[in-house]
Amino acid sequence: GGGGGGGGRGEEGGEEDLSDSEDSVFSGLEDSGSDSEEEEEEEGGGGGGGREEFCEVLCAVQDIRNTVGNVPMEWYRDFPHLGYDLDGRKIYKPIRSQDELDHFLDKMENPDYWRTVHDKQTGSDITLSEEQVALVRRLQSGRFGDVDFNEYQPTVEYFSRDVMLHPVTNRPADKRSFIPSLIEKEKVSKLVHAIKMGWIKPRRVEDDSRGRYYDLWASEDSSILARHKMHLPAPKIPLPGHQESYNPPPEFLFNEEERALWEQQDAADRKLPFVPRKFSSLRSVPAFPRFVHERFERCLDLYLCPRQRKMRVNVDPEDLIPKLPKPRDLQPFPTTQSLVYRGHSGLIRSISVSPTGQWLASGSDDGSVRFWEVCSSRCLKTVQVGGAVRSVTWNPNTAVCLLAVALDSRVLLLSPSLADRQVVSASELLLSDKEGAEPVQGAESLVTWSEAEGEELNEGIRLKIQHPKAVHQVAWHAKGDYLASVMPDHSSHLQVLIHQVSRRRSQNPFRRNKGLVQRVSFHPLRPYFFVATQRSVRIYNLLKQEMTKKLQANAKWISSMAVHPGGDHVICGSYDCRLSWFDLDLSTKPYRMLRHHKKAVRGVAYHRFYPLFASASDDGSVIVCHGTVYNDLLQNPLIVPVKVLRGHAVSQDLGVLDVTFHPSQPWVFSSGADATIRLYT
Amino acid sequence: MGGLQKKKFERGSATNYITRNKARKKLQLSLPDFRRLCILKGIYPHEPKHKKKVNKGSTAPRTFYLLKDIRFLLHEPIVGKFRDYKVFVRKLRKAYGKSEWTSVERLRENKPTYKLDHIIKERYPTFIDALRDIDDALCMCFLFSTFARTGKCHVQTIQLCRRLTVEWMNYIITSRALRKVFLSIKGIYYQVEVMGQLITWLVPYQFAHDHPTDVDYRVMATFTELYTTLLGFVNFRLYHSLNLVYPPKLDGKAEAELKEEDEEGYAMNSESYSEKLSALGGSLARVVSAGEEEEAEVDQFPVEGEDMEKMEAREKEQKELEAQKRLFEGLKVFLNREVPRESLAFILRCFGAEVSWDKSVCIGSTFDVTDETITHQIVDRPNAEKQYINRYYIQPQWVYDCVNAKILLPVQDYFLGVTLPPHLSPFVEEKEGDYIPPEKLKIMALKRGEKSAQEEEEEEEEEEEGEGEEEEEDEDEDAEEDEDEEEEDVAEEMNLKKMEKQRSQGKSLSVKVTPGKVKAENPARLEQEEKAEEKRLAIMMMKKKEKYLYDKIMFGKKRKIREANKLAAKRKAHDDAEKVAKKKKAKKQ
Repeated sequence: GGGGGGGGRGEEGGEEDLSDSEDSVFSGLEDSGSDSEEEEEEEGGGGGGGREEFCEVLCAVQDIRNTVGNVPMEWYRDFPHLGYDLDGRKIYKPIRSQDELDHFLDKMENPDYWRTVHDKQTGSDITLSEEQVALVRRLQSGRFGDVDFNEYQPTVEYFSRDVMLHPVTNRPADKRSFIPSLIEKEKVSKLVHAIKMGWIKPRRVEDDSRGRYYDLWASEDSSILARHKMHLPAPKIPLPGHQESYNPPPEFLFNEEERALWEQQDAADRKLPFVPRKFSSLRSVPAFPRFVHERFERCLDLYLCPRQRKMRVNVDPEDLIPKLPKPRDLQPFPTTQSLVYRGHSGLIRSISVSPTGQWLASGSDDGSVRFWEVCSSRCLKTVQVGGAVRSVTWNPNTAVCLLAVALDSRVLLLSPSLADRQVVSASELLLSDKEGAEPVQGAESLVTWSEAEGEELNEGIRLKIQHPKAVHQVAWHAKGDYLASVMPDHSSHLQVLIHQVSRRRSQNPFRRNKGLVQRVSFHPLRPYFFVATQRSVRIYNLLKQEMTKKLQANAKWISSMAVHPGGDHVICGSYDCRLSWFDLDLSTKPYRMLRHHKKAVRGVAYHRFYPLFASASDDGSVIVCHGTVYNDLLQNPLIVPVKVLRGHAVSQDLGVLDVTFHPSQPWVFSSGADATIRLYT
Repeated sequence: MGGLQKKKFERGSATNYITRNKARKKLQLSLPDFRRLCILKGIYPHEPKHKKKVNKGSTAPRTFYLLKDIRFLLHEPIVGKFRDYKVFVRKLRKAYGKSEWTSVERLRENKPTYKLDHIIKERYPTFIDALRDIDDALCMCFLFSTFARTGKCHVQTIQLCRRLTVEWMNYIITSRALRKVFLSIKGIYYQVEVMGQLITWLVPYQFAHDHPTDVDYRVMATFTELYTTLLGFVNFRLYHSLNLVYPPKLDGKAEAELKEEDEEGYAMNSESYSEKLSALGGSLARVVSAGEEEEAEVDQFPVEGEDMEKMEAREKEQKELEAQKRLFEGLKVFLNREVPRESLAFILRCFGAEVSWDKSVCIGSTFDVTDETITHQIVDRPNAEKQYINRYYIQPQWVYDCVNAKILLPVQDYFLGVTLPPHLSPFVEEKEGDYIPPEKLKIMALKRGEKSAQEEEEEEEEEEEGEGEEEEEDEDEDAEEDEDEEEEDVAEEMNLKKMEKQRSQGKSLSVKVTPGKVKAENPARLEQEEKAEEKRLAIMMMKKKEKYLYDKIMFGKKRKIREANKLAAKRKAHDDAEKVAKKKKAKKQ
């Protein structure tokens, strides 16, 4: 505003600091905030009279003009002076002893307070005259400072569109306007040269074919580019569902729970990329904030996303289920539980059915061997053997009636006399016959054969074979003369022993054993011997004394093994829930792995006549499967699970521990950790 | 043992693929140029079957292109244009630096340009191919045509997009190809059938976009460049297939009508014609002014048995389609100023209605509000101040629902101030076992010509409130029945298992003798039991791979059922709550 003011008052010119003071006036006025209504009236009247006063004030001020220039005045804050006057003398700050109260009183009492401004440069207070106030007012309202200046006076047009008679200047044309320009020539020759050299191309004719459309597919040739064979068209954007509607049915809206879940989830995991919303009318629907984003993401997908042809499996799940013969056509097999044999107090580790099928022997952890009649579930006899029984096995020979019992490090041979007299006497004879026979030297050091005496004799125990280590299993040869016992031990080469009962002779058939022997079994017909270690089953030819086969069970730890009565098939149960069926003629790998059980398989068994096998597991179930073996070597065995038998209670994570078939009927016995034996018929 | 040792990764799939960086180096292009080229030529990365083999044994995440694709790019003439452009930019910068304004001007005039016609032809060898891929093009062009003419992209692009989309919509109107529409929270979906291809696109609502900062508009602009070219050629072909003039011209009659009203001058003369076109009011000029369209009758071929049924079904469908095309014929609709004019005019004209709007809203209105022959007025405000007695005042959703239902729905649900029925997506096709919202059932019943049972009951209920509650749920139960059956199966199986367990666990041998009960053996039940067990046993014998697949399928099925049940339960809870609220209200009164 200062410049305008200065221009308007030419006669008072030469006062540079006037503008400064005006500035401060300006700010001072604003601060005071006084009402200006009364003053406006005075403005007109006091205009003429105030001029002399104004001059006087200026003269008074002139002497103490400050020469420091345009520097911030706070630089002089710590000095007693404010700067220097025209003669170079210090201008001292006026002594100001006014405090707030004085200020206030001044404000209240002094009628000119509102037009008093503080000049920072000289430190003095200046009271503005009427003239000055009027000037300030005018400038504030954006008018000229000079009252007399007429801003709307008519303009004088010096140059108009009319052609005048006389020129503005009468200077003759220059000579250079008649001579061809050298500079231009130079420029032209440069351009000509550039055009000649092809550096500059002539202006291109505007090609309007761009943006013009025509029938592009007028001549459709069906020759498909080779590239199109590999072309994978981008999938279309999925079409919207009900939940995307602006007014969806109420069930598609989120409730609080779903909404919280949606907010928690990562953007990639969300099922819907938006929250369904409901609007009462179309006019209240806002713009979708992510619209451009979604379009952009689609663009990115189109050119950045790797594509791959995925074959979608479109199968009926029913077609996946293999078509098996109906279990009804494969009867007979056990279907229902018919008898429960109770009496043991500990878990029953082993059961065995006599070859006649009339008696059932069971060995339990409570230290007893019990004999049951199969048909009536009556316990006929209990023999306390003094130790947890690991294994019981009937002698398969029908001519004798003998039971082998394994407990601790002993193998007991019992003659339970549960047959007609002839058989009993035959078995007694078998045991007592070789009393005088000389024991063979080699095995003497390993085991000791001793006869039972006294009480034990009355209970039916006839022979005791003392082993060096704990015996886990005993197995009879089909003829009933040989007996194999298993003593699992990692370090030793003495894990399997074969005993000949009639001659009371024992021998260690293997020079060394690899792995921990789990089970052994004799081939039912030929002189073969099966040894199951943790991972594999070895088959030895006893006559040639060599290993003929090694079956890889593909299991971590074999728990049980059974040999098919035909001798060409073996099943192995393992602690990792599997049951593997080996076809010895086919391969050393399992022909079929069955993962029917949920927990460790504890026992497996074949039926002697019927094409049945069963597996018992810790999940408390016995699964009976039909397993037909064909004489035709080209036809693979047919395995069909036919029945899941449940009944045993699971205690301490142990379910069914042993399973065995009745020798002649399609019945299956199972013994469990709940101290019962169950018969399913 | 002769011969050279085979080296790894020098044959087979490792040689068929190339990483992106290598491809870029081979083409000698910068990344933006390479990107542009890929977009224009439609080259995309492929996911190799054996990633590790292709990646030369490394498992680092890389994108692979087919080597053949990249070789194919080598011969692309447009690559040369890219290089020219680079040179042009360099020269221009230099000229600017030297302040050589004449050369700047000269360079500007010679700015290299390129055409994409050959690329379109190459990417889409037949017209049908182009139609199949036009969804994205339409979406993009409709989006770009709504952009403000500031900043984000060239004004020419926006104008071109607008022009092409208007042309497209005019074609759809003329060919009456619209099939489905859907008001979603994102925008409005349209589905049309052009030459047997279903084409869907999405148009945003008419609002200014707040442009996100994390979107690369250069990519979008490149796509748009391609899409506008494609859409232009497609439009040309489509117009010619209907004997229409391209670029579109208004029919002589329509033009004359518009002329006289065009007094105020909505826009400059140069723009007014395109504005008139985009008003979607008049019909288009034809090359051969055929009076009546002659429909090609489908010849009847003698067919037998199964084909016969199919044929009949097809015929029926055809009839339905014809009926749908004439859905709004005879209606005279006036659009209030608060409704989305373009969308409604487009839809209504597609099905043969006469449409107009307020003169001040847009150019090309044909009749006024005061016209007595107006049958429907579409209003989206709580109440209309002045109502004519001989027309329906309805909310815009009615139009959309009618199109989807393919019949004229009763208008009373859509009157002013009435709570609208839910707007359902026409794109959902419910299969067996899926959840079907009751509103859809209602519409289906309406289509079959019955007055829906539910509605009747509701009427009854109004008379004798409080009784008919259970009846009303019948309908819902019908829908749920399928789901229930499945559930029952599961439940049954559980029951069976339990029973078996009880039977086999014959532990409870109490000494007490109780009089035996004759158990009525249900033979059907037994058979079912047997079947279930058989299935279970068969499932046990499945191979590992198949079992996995089977389990997956079954899991998916169960999840679907669960979701459907959840929706049904939610709906039921909602309805119950509403009923209670209604009753309370009634009591208060």
